[in-house]
Amino acid sequence: METGTSRVKRGMAEMQKGGVIMDVMSAEQAKIAEAAGATAVMALERVPSDIRAAGGVARMADPTIVEEVMKVVSIPVMAKARIGHYVEAKVLESMGVDYIDESEVLTPADEVFHIDKHNFTVPFVCGAKDLGEALRRIQEGASMLRTKGEPGTGNIVEAVRHLRLITGQIRKVQNLSKDELYHEAKTLGVPYELLAEVHEAGKLPVVNFAAGGVATPSDAALMMHLGADGVFVGSGIFKSDSPEKFARAIVEATTHYTDYELITRVSKNLGTPMKGIEISKLTAPERMQDRGL
Amino acid sequence: MKIGVLALQGAVAEHIRSIRQAGGEGVAIKRTDELAGIDGIIVPGGESTTIGKLMRQYGFIEALRAFAAEGKPIFGTCAGLIVLAERIEGQEDGHLQLMNMTVARNAFGRQRESFETALDVAGVEEPVRAVFIRAPLITSVGEGVEVLATYKGEIVMARQGNLLACSYHPELTDDYRMHTYFITMAEEAAAVR
Repeated sequence: METGTSRVKRGMAEMQKGGVIMDVMSAEQAKIAEAAGATAVMALERVPSDIRAAGGVARMADPTIVEEVMKVVSIPVMAKARIGHYVEAKVLESMGVDYIDESEVLTPADEVFHIDKHNFTVPFVCGAKDLGEALRRIQEGASMLRTKGEPGTGNIVEAVRHLRLITGQIRKVQNLSKDELYHEAKTLGVPYELLAEVHEAGKLPVVNFAAGGVATPSDAALMMHLGADGVFVGSGIFKSDSPEKFARAIVEATTHYTDYELITRVSKNLGTPMKGIEISKLTAPERMQDRGL
Repeated sequence: MKIGVLALQGAVAEHIRSIRQAGGEGVAIKRTDELAGIDGIIVPGGESTTIGKLMRQYGFIEALRAFAAEGKPIFGTCAGLIVLAERIEGQEDGHLQLMNMTVARNAFGRQRESFETALDVAGVEEPVRAVFIRAPLITSVGEGVEVLATYKGEIVMARQGNLLACSYHPELTDDYRMHTYFITMAEEAAAVR
């Protein structure tokens, strides 16, 4: 009997496919998310848009909030640790959290090194905005990926950019010859073996979700259309007018992302989505996607 | 044999790949009208609360009960096992409630307790590599249910006529014997239909 194997960790993410993982800030919100059909919840002290508004240093949530969420739902509970913060991640693992997000939404604890995720039984999800970042995170032991997007903006444009870039890069890698692959590995700053795996399979070796800016059912369906395996919704649900309705509608639109009549139906009378931010209005330090390369 | 995989949420692509490797035709099923012409269906692993909720919403409870009543086989893996069970511990209602058994969700603990192991399955010669992820257990079986595998004395696989259920994920390995087993069930069912 073996725990924490790559198959067990990556397999857990496979079970999330086609699903919606929702950010929640309390036990009550977690129950709403579960009832709406979320496949997992991300327990947080503040959603990304509030982190933006508050400024200062954003850290791992108070363990009490995470524990309260774990108590009330039967679906998996994820939580965020700062990039490079080994101890925050170990604390989350010891609490029994099901998945750790080493996340650029929080203020990085290390500007150079990510956590060595092979040292954990619990699996990790990490953000990536191109194939180089994606394969570096897998090399460090990530069992699941997500686009970075631009969290807390309610603006889908960056998640679209990142997913399109990654899928385009995969298509390019598929067509390279072996000598070109050696060079490409050097250019991307990734191990040759992982790149060769992508060349063979024509896809990433782990599940890749969309994240960062999903605000409406159509946003979620768009990311599925572009090839995401599932969707993270951060501020989009509990910063909208009617979280329950938004949550249910986003779940349905993700499952049936090619059924446009259904998406029309679930999009009616939802109320106001979260207020969005135009990306060009962000200053360099406000761009979370540039953290952890 | 044309084998459907219920594609509301979960590990759909992996099952379709395994069905193909085992010599069948795998088809993703998102709507009840797509069940026409299907010889057997797999309810995959995923989140049982999500899958159950979406099944209710899109009429799959009635449709799959009718599918089973026609004698066509259903195979539930992990979340799919929960969906098939008549009784779920700690919950008032089950989902399809077709198999005469009681199940416990997340019976081994949280994700850090998830594991893989070699498992003996009745009627299969060499042990299979079984991957258990936040897996459920069958805590008791009633009349008509045959136990096919146990792990440390607990029931992890069972069959009741045309219904097959296991706690683990045969679709996550390159061992296609469980899919071959299910395709044979579909062939036998088609022969008597």
